[in-house]
Amino acid sequence: MNLSRDIQQVEPRDGARFGGKALALANLCRRGFPLPETMCISVDAYWQFVRSAGLRERILLELHRKHFGDMRWEEIWDAALRIRSFFLRAPFPPVLAKELSTRLGECFGQRPVAVRASVPEEDNGKASFVGLHDSFLNVQGARAMLDRIRLVWASLWSDRALLYRQELGLDIERSAMAVVVQAMVAGDRSGVALSRDPQNARQAVVEAVYGLNEGLADGTVEPDRWLLDRRTGRVVAHHPPVRRQYAVRPVGTGTALRPLAKELADQPPLSAEQTRQVWNLARQAEQECGSPRDLEWTYREDQLFALQCRPATVLAPDDERSWYLNLKRSYGNLRQLHARITGELIPEMAAVAAALASVALADLPPALLADELRKRRVAVDHWRQVYRHAFIPFAHGVRLFAQVYNDMVKPQNPYEFLSLLADTGLWSVRRNQALQRLAHQANREGGALAALASDRLDRAPASFRLAVEGFLAEFGSMFDRLGIGEMRERHLADLLREFGRHPVRVPNASRRDLVAAFVGSFPATDRERANDLLELARTSYRLRDDDNLHLGQIEAELARAVRLARERLRLILGDRAASVPEEIIPLLLRDARETAVLPEPTTVAPPTSGQGESHPVAARQLVGEPAGPGLVSGVARVLTSPADFFSFQGGEILVCDTIDPNLSFVVPLAAGIVESQGGMLIHGAIIAWEYGLPCVTGIADATKLIPDGARVTVDGYLGSVTVETPPAQSPAAS
Amino acid sequence: MGAEEILCQLRDVVFGQGLAVLATTGCTTPYANLMAFAAAEDLRRLWFATPRATRKYANLRTDSRVALLIDNRANDIRDFDRAVAVTAVGRAVELAGTDADGPREQCLARHPQLADFLASPSCALFELRVAKYIVVSSFQHVSEVPMA
Repeated sequence: MNLSRDIQQVEPRDGARFGGKALALANLCRRGFPLPETMCISVDAYWQFVRSAGLRERILLELHRKHFGDMRWEEIWDAALRIRSFFLRAPFPPVLAKELSTRLGECFGQRPVAVRASVPEEDNGKASFVGLHDSFLNVQGARAMLDRIRLVWASLWSDRALLYRQELGLDIERSAMAVVVQAMVAGDRSGVALSRDPQNARQAVVEAVYGLNEGLADGTVEPDRWLLDRRTGRVVAHHPPVRRQYAVRPVGTGTALRPLAKELADQPPLSAEQTRQVWNLARQAEQECGSPRDLEWTYREDQLFALQCRPATVLAPDDERSWYLNLKRSYGNLRQLHARITGELIPEMAAVAAALASVALADLPPALLADELRKRRVAVDHWRQVYRHAFIPFAHGVRLFAQVYNDMVKPQNPYEFLSLLADTGLWSVRRNQALQRLAHQANREGGALAALASDRLDRAPASFRLAVEGFLAEFGSMFDRLGIGEMRERHLADLLREFGRHPVRVPNASRRDLVAAFVGSFPATDRERANDLLELARTSYRLRDDDNLHLGQIEAELARAVRLARERLRLILGDRAASVPEEIIPLLLRDARETAVLPEPTTVAPPTSGQGESHPVAARQLVGEPAGPGLVSGVARVLTSPADFFSFQGGEILVCDTIDPNLSFVVPLAAGIVESQGGMLIHGAIIAWEYGLPCVTGIADATKLIPDGARVTVDGYLGSVTVETPPAQSPAAS
Repeated sequence: MGAEEILCQLRDVVFGQGLAVLATTGCTTPYANLMAFAAAEDLRRLWFATPRATRKYANLRTDSRVALLIDNRANDIRDFDRAVAVTAVGRAVELAGTDADGPREQCLARHPQLADFLASPSCALFELRVAKYIVVSSFQHVSEVPMA
């Protein structure tokens, strides 16, 4: 079977074999639009690759670790990462590799190309799945092209695609991916044109940047934007940005950003005539295809090329999924975000938290306390938004590193990259090290712990007292954030006793050998970029763990005000004060008479199954995600409240819903970790990896299904937990 | 996966399948057979029949501990995701006299084609008194449902 065709040979009936992108370009080609040289690879090549490596079965297993509806985005990303690793490591069938590399060599030789996804589901010309699948620019040589083609195939199962699996109709038995390989045009100006503005049906949009399109596509280079009257082609508005950078094709692979020369920064990338030419191209594409088009174009020395043409539709509006798609950032974009977070946002958050902490809430009269409560709620809501739109996207910079690491090193374990991110100075690790030092000191100095436990620190040896005060000054806010500030000395004493009684794990060091292998996998000219990327990933990883502490300080200040307000309301309402919703508290504080008509809280009975006879069901083996390699058996300690964590004993298996950074002091004591919350980049998984503990995450209802005190085996390689039935319960026949 | 969903899967498989694999021991060597079976509504008892002149009958007489594997695999790629396997573990007791009447009716209702087989004097009817079910779904999710 012929696996590839020149774009001129792709016919309208070929959509199912060559995908929507190939079909749209073939349509433009037939009508004489200027296109770079383009070759299309059919879905048959995908099937040959996938079948020969048994990938269908592996993908299927990966996607059914748990119900899709129960998977958090982080878990979907993890599944996609593992699937991508399957594609990276699967051998290319020799016959397929030979056929494709011969054709690619004949067609492009050593000329650089773009390798793009072409999805059959887009072949009806109505749907468009922008941003869900991968494209690669500036790829040279048949071998590099084959490597990129397998990654385009893998992107059929990208995390973005999995999120939109219903719209895409993703199905392991039917879904496949075609590929478009296109000669790179080293454009000096590039952009996109929408033949109809989605916001205003009477207008069209032209966006342009200097250099290649990449900066525009990933948001690092802001474009000039023209709005045109669709009827006359007249420019209605022009929005120029501050022009600073442009994307170029470097000597190696991919693209790079360069500063824009001053004479170019002062003038728009397109003249009025060129803007009109781009609009005309988009308009003609719309006329030829019969519906509004989203056209990607480039100018090379005044010659205009069409690069991609898709329906100008947007994915079904869904704020949450759109936000998640937005988390995929380029290196340049992450650098900008990092500068903003460390230079601007964190100092501002610290200042806000300090200002709130300095308010003597107890001295405020009710009306002012109500105002303070509202003010703090506004601050918390504001910073949660900032956290969502800046901190979380930056924290996902680790994903970029993971992808580059796996592409370059192709490790057997797709999470090997985490070993390069250890020892970054996480707040919680520093706190744990401080606890360990304090425990050693307490062991040496008789009576120290007893004094601490009985709230009589003044009776402890002076050196120990000073050490405790130093610890509380640096880390004591964790007790407030957990809502147990009043008992902090007693809890600290319990903790130090346990730290002193058991050998405590020490965190792993960063793997220098792996760092060297990673950097060495880049061509000599790109090694600086490899080091920069690793550094960015380490910063991103540390912030992923620490950033919620900054937000947590502001949230703790709100909690402090709510607690105080409830205490005052308790004088009037009694125990009912505890259940008054936070938003009502300011109203009640202002007018105590309203408390008299506060309705009794209603309780809702839990729903019953409505079924007849039922039977107890006991978990035997539970499957989650492997989040820390290793195999360990031990007694499960199920923790459900912050206070439980202080009674955790060394050598037990920690089972919980999630580990707050304030609670991860138990990790160096634990033999293994099981968490309900899933994902490799959640705090529990990060800290388990840091300490080299077997860890399984993403077991829904782990705290309900695993009995406290049961003996369990945690398999951190496969991501499963086996609950060993106590002998007393073993039926005779088993 | 919740308890109700697991119980649902259990019932679907037990009442949806007519054949199962019976594992016996007895004469030191493990042995397995494909068997027709029927189930009581409360899932506590399963019934199957065997000719007396068989290795499995000899095994059952020697050691009444058995496992019965019931599954709904379709022998295609989706099995890893969709198939559910249920293992009933317990003791098999041979029924005789009027004790066998009700269970025989149940077996006939489920497998009318076995009328002659079940009526044969050489055929023994067994009741598996289930101690527990082990339910495996999505390849590795394992739950135990005690019946005793």
